[in-house]
Amino acid sequence: MRRRWNGINDWLDNRTGIRTAVRQFLYEEIPASSGWHQVFGSAAIFLFLVQAFTGALLAFNYAPTPGDAYNSLRYILTELTGGRLIRGLHHWGASMMIVVVVLHMVQVFLYGAYKKPREATWMVGVVLLLVTLAYGLTGYLLPWDNRAYWGTVVTTQIAGQAPAVGPYLARLLGGEGAVGVVTFARFYGMHVLLLPPATLLLIAIHVYLVRKHGVAPAPGDEQLPRKQFYPVQVFKDTVAIFIAFAILFVMAVAVRVPLEQLADPTDTAYIPRPEWYFLFLFQTLKLFSGPLEIVGSVVLPGLAVLALILVPFIDRARMVRVTRRTTAIAFVGLAAIGWGGLTAAAVKSTPKEASATQVDYSAPTDWLQLSPEEMAGIGYFRKENCASCHVIGGRGTAIGPDLTQTAIHKDAAWMIAHFKRPSVMRPGSSMPPIQLSDAQLNALASFLLKLNEKNATALDNAPDFAVAGALVYQANRCGACHLVNGGGMRIGPPLNGLAKRQSRNWVLEHFKNPQALSPGSIMPPYRLPQGDLENLTSYLFALPD
Amino acid sequence: MQAIHSSEAEGTSRRRFFVGAIYGLWGAISAALGVPALIYLLFPPKVRKAEEWVDVGDITRLTPNVPVEMAFRKNRVDGWKVISEKSTAWVVKDAANGITAFGPQCTHLGCAYHWDDAKSEFLCPCHNSLFAVDGKVVSGPAPRPLDRYETRLQGTRLLIGRLNQGGGEHKA
Repeated sequence: MRRRWNGINDWLDNRTGIRTAVRQFLYEEIPASSGWHQVFGSAAIFLFLVQAFTGALLAFNYAPTPGDAYNSLRYILTELTGGRLIRGLHHWGASMMIVVVVLHMVQVFLYGAYKKPREATWMVGVVLLLVTLAYGLTGYLLPWDNRAYWGTVVTTQIAGQAPAVGPYLARLLGGEGAVGVVTFARFYGMHVLLLPPATLLLIAIHVYLVRKHGVAPAPGDEQLPRKQFYPVQVFKDTVAIFIAFAILFVMAVAVRVPLEQLADPTDTAYIPRPEWYFLFLFQTLKLFSGPLEIVGSVVLPGLAVLALILVPFIDRARMVRVTRRTTAIAFVGLAAIGWGGLTAAAVKSTPKEASATQVDYSAPTDWLQLSPEEMAGIGYFRKENCASCHVIGGRGTAIGPDLTQTAIHKDAAWMIAHFKRPSVMRPGSSMPPIQLSDAQLNALASFLLKLNEKNATALDNAPDFAVAGALVYQANRCGACHLVNGGGMRIGPPLNGLAKRQSRNWVLEHFKNPQALSPGSIMPPYRLPQGDLENLTSYLFALPD
Repeated sequence: MQAIHSSEAEGTSRRRFFVGAIYGLWGAISAALGVPALIYLLFPPKVRKAEEWVDVGDITRLTPNVPVEMAFRKNRVDGWKVISEKSTAWVVKDAANGITAFGPQCTHLGCAYHWDDAKSEFLCPCHNSLFAVDGKVVSGPAPRPLDRYETRLQGTRLLIGRLNQGGGEHKA
């Protein structure tokens, strides 16, 4: 068996030279000082491969046109098993790649490894950093939610401001006038067709140059015997890669990547923010105003990139030990403080999103189709802890019957009678009577009547603010005049699409004094507690158009 | 002499540890990426919509044992879309007034077949499969009888549901 295996191996090596090549790669000699500080380059390549792999998987279920992009991403997230994980890996992998690439650069910078003869290696590395950022920029648009759309509007406007080339750049990005199908197609094309082969080519050149000049030695390495890359350094690289991957995997599982509502170009209230690694640029921009704006948007970032590329020619001193490179250390320290300060300022100036009242479109949103009465039913269901005895679609404690099955056989009258005196309707039942008013029991029954295995997820996914809002809606009998999801009366205006018609503040004020804002309205004023008012408004704003 | 031996042995076991760790860690990473990828690609999507019953038409005009092709529109979930598409069924009333609705595709390779009045058989033009009026294979390469829709009558209207593989009996 072993002999045959060796035979195949010999044949393959003889015809392709693969074994010789692998050995040459693995047994390359590296300086004695090599160690844990040099693991970041390998980790960056690994993360690129993870992005390519998860990106291809996403592309298998993704339609790259606006609108369809959003729907297909929602399909990946809510209907495909593992879709949420794959997207999480791709999303957080992008952030992680930026972190690792920057750490790699900082290490090379601190050690002065860019010095003669390794200037070209460094410059190709800077281009790879820019390519990594370009992935972030183009990928940001692809979910086509509000965040993606408005972030890209700002980006393309900035590109349009560039001196001389601005208008051409804007046209190239398809962003002349507005962000639409053309911009989307170009961003997608760049993200999946242009950048990946460019990255592969640049990585190949970068690694070739590293091999050509050898890993940069530290002063004093000349006296020590050289080491082999395999297995000790490969082991260190692998451990670093494993740690990076473990962190990435945990983030993909545990940290939810939000999906906002479908991109809405008419949404005037949306405040766009770039991805966290671009926040410092966003803040720099704010330091300049009027005609000086292009200093912050184009000139300064341009000069910074130029300086970065020219680093090997600016610092041409002899190689010294890393601990004696005080200027470099001070420079990195200052850059870190500057970056941290700008980012912190940007985060601070970001208005606190009322995240508790944001609808998470990365989860099923079938609760949006329910009537306020049924939503209130969910509220009573939760308040009465029905799930502590009843199974819903196979989940929960099976003391009482599975409610997704029973509703099919019973009517509302039976249910309400049963809620009031369980043992009369079903002798021997150990269910306690429910202490709710008739209207409340009606709401509970109307929800349970609609419950089946398919929509049972609404019970889990309906956010607290919406359920609370629906309870306020029911308690104040808003449905006696208004229409929501086709249920209610048409005396007042239907409330679906309210968010499109009015601002949140207008609605909040309107509750207190309707006639002041819409003269002639017959709506009575509502003096609700602030919390109720907020929940009701958030619920109404979340309703589908 | 002995000291050299033991340090050599130590070197080998150290090396073995490094190589083992490299294979182990890469194995773990590959599994953590590969298994979710396979699940993501191979598991069917969660079903969003319950099967609907579609009104196909009036059945009072049917003559026993003369199939009629009836067209209807139905919604089909296609990935992230719900598509409304035109579809047809071959509807037959048998002598005992039972109604059968056959799916419009030959069970061989999915060609559209038609009713041959002269022969009183369903004929598939692609590879000459012949089916009897009850859907059973008479001749040709078709591997199983014609597929049947689940059927239900509402007065004189025929409703059809899911399409089942040929072989079972589903009569309204």
